[in-house]
Amino acid sequence: MEKLDARGLSCPEPVIMIRKAMLSGGTGYEMTVDNTASKENVTRYAQHEGYTVTVAEKDGEYTLTMTK
Amino acid sequence: MNVKKERSAIVVSGLLIGVIAVGLVVLGNPANMGFCIACFLRDISGAVGLHQAAAVQYIRPEIPGLVLGSLAMALVKKEFSPRGGSAPISRFVLGFFVMIGCLMFLGCPFRMILRLAGGDGNALFGFAGFAVGILAGVFFLNKGYSLKRTYKQPAAEGGVLPAIMAVLLALLVFVPGLLHFTEAGGGPGALRAAVWVSLAAGLVVGALAQRTRLCMVGGIRDLVLFREPKLILGFAAIFLAALVANLCLGKFAPGFAEQPVAHTDGLWNALGMFLAGYGCVLLGGCPLRQLVLSGEGNADSAAAVLGLLVGAAFSHNFGLASSAAGPTDAGRVAVVIGIAVVSVIACANTFGKKQ
Repeated sequence: MEKLDARGLSCPEPVIMIRKAMLSGGTGYEMTVDNTASKENVTRYAQHEGYTVTVAEKDGEYTLTMTK
Repeated sequence: MNVKKERSAIVVSGLLIGVIAVGLVVLGNPANMGFCIACFLRDISGAVGLHQAAAVQYIRPEIPGLVLGSLAMALVKKEFSPRGGSAPISRFVLGFFVMIGCLMFLGCPFRMILRLAGGDGNALFGFAGFAVGILAGVFFLNKGYSLKRTYKQPAAEGGVLPAIMAVLLALLVFVPGLLHFTEAGGGPGALRAAVWVSLAAGLVVGALAQRTRLCMVGGIRDLVLFREPKLILGFAAIFLAALVANLCLGKFAPGFAEQPVAHTDGLWNALGMFLAGYGCVLLGGCPLRQLVLSGEGNADSAAAVLGLLVGAAFSHNFGLASSAAGPTDAGRVAVVIGIAVVSVIACANTFGKKQ
């Protein structure tokens, strides 16, 4: 599971980050974001790419686990 | 929220916002200017004496309304999140030149849609330039452009811009004598809906834009970057609703000449909006989105808003802003300088960031 830290970044940067990671291959990613817009946008993108997304929230940070 | 719900929410919000925008014109705002973030910040800049262009001075309550509406919605939804520290001065400069571009065209991306919906053909040139400007910004995003991360800030930092907006509103209502206002018949600044109507419209649109993440730049950007149509749906819904409302009210006047608060210089309409689109992509959102993010406690967006305000003051103090007669030579030079400066910021934060 590849880990990506997108805390502090605002959209579209987290989505660009996950897109680049997905393009390089791999089946699972864990990305941490810290705002709801990024959470929604990354979730939407990953689902569109065929990944199942689960979200865990802790102290205002969201960990998105994306698997195929 | 699932994708379908998200999309219907932004379409419904966009339709509502389009109708509100035309409603504001019916109730007193300048034609095709129910909302214009650039024009309204410019009017505010004049009202507090940062420039002396007598035709465009007024505290437009829509602007405080947008910020405070976003703040209220963010508090309700527990999304008020004070943060900052992501290149505030670069953002200030980007905001400054986005305003120079908008005042070359005579409108922000929001007003560009409203001008299109009113039949103003000159806005087609603006739209073409805007789209190409977004593509220029997307090029750098794809190459790794970033203004680096933000950090959590104390609540007070996130509250500063909303507080400034509340003070502006209080000045307008309680001590208007301190401010500069365009006299009746003296220009677009004198055309305004009642204070409470403008404020209510701003609050509603601010709240809707906060919920839906509405952004005029994000629409084309996300479509090109990710084939994601959500934000462009909001853009299209505003256009459609404003177009239908204008047609119903007999306010649709297709053509190029003598359009309200507009000029017919196609090249400079396009270059002005090229600069606006380019700068906004690098800022992460259009002027409306910067106001909404400021309401959510984002101090970096607040820096961009201050850049927009100061850019407006410079535009009128140094004769950079266009008028119905067309662009000025100084304005043309400023737009070219703006494109160069924005390009330097883009390159420095794309190719220079790895050291």
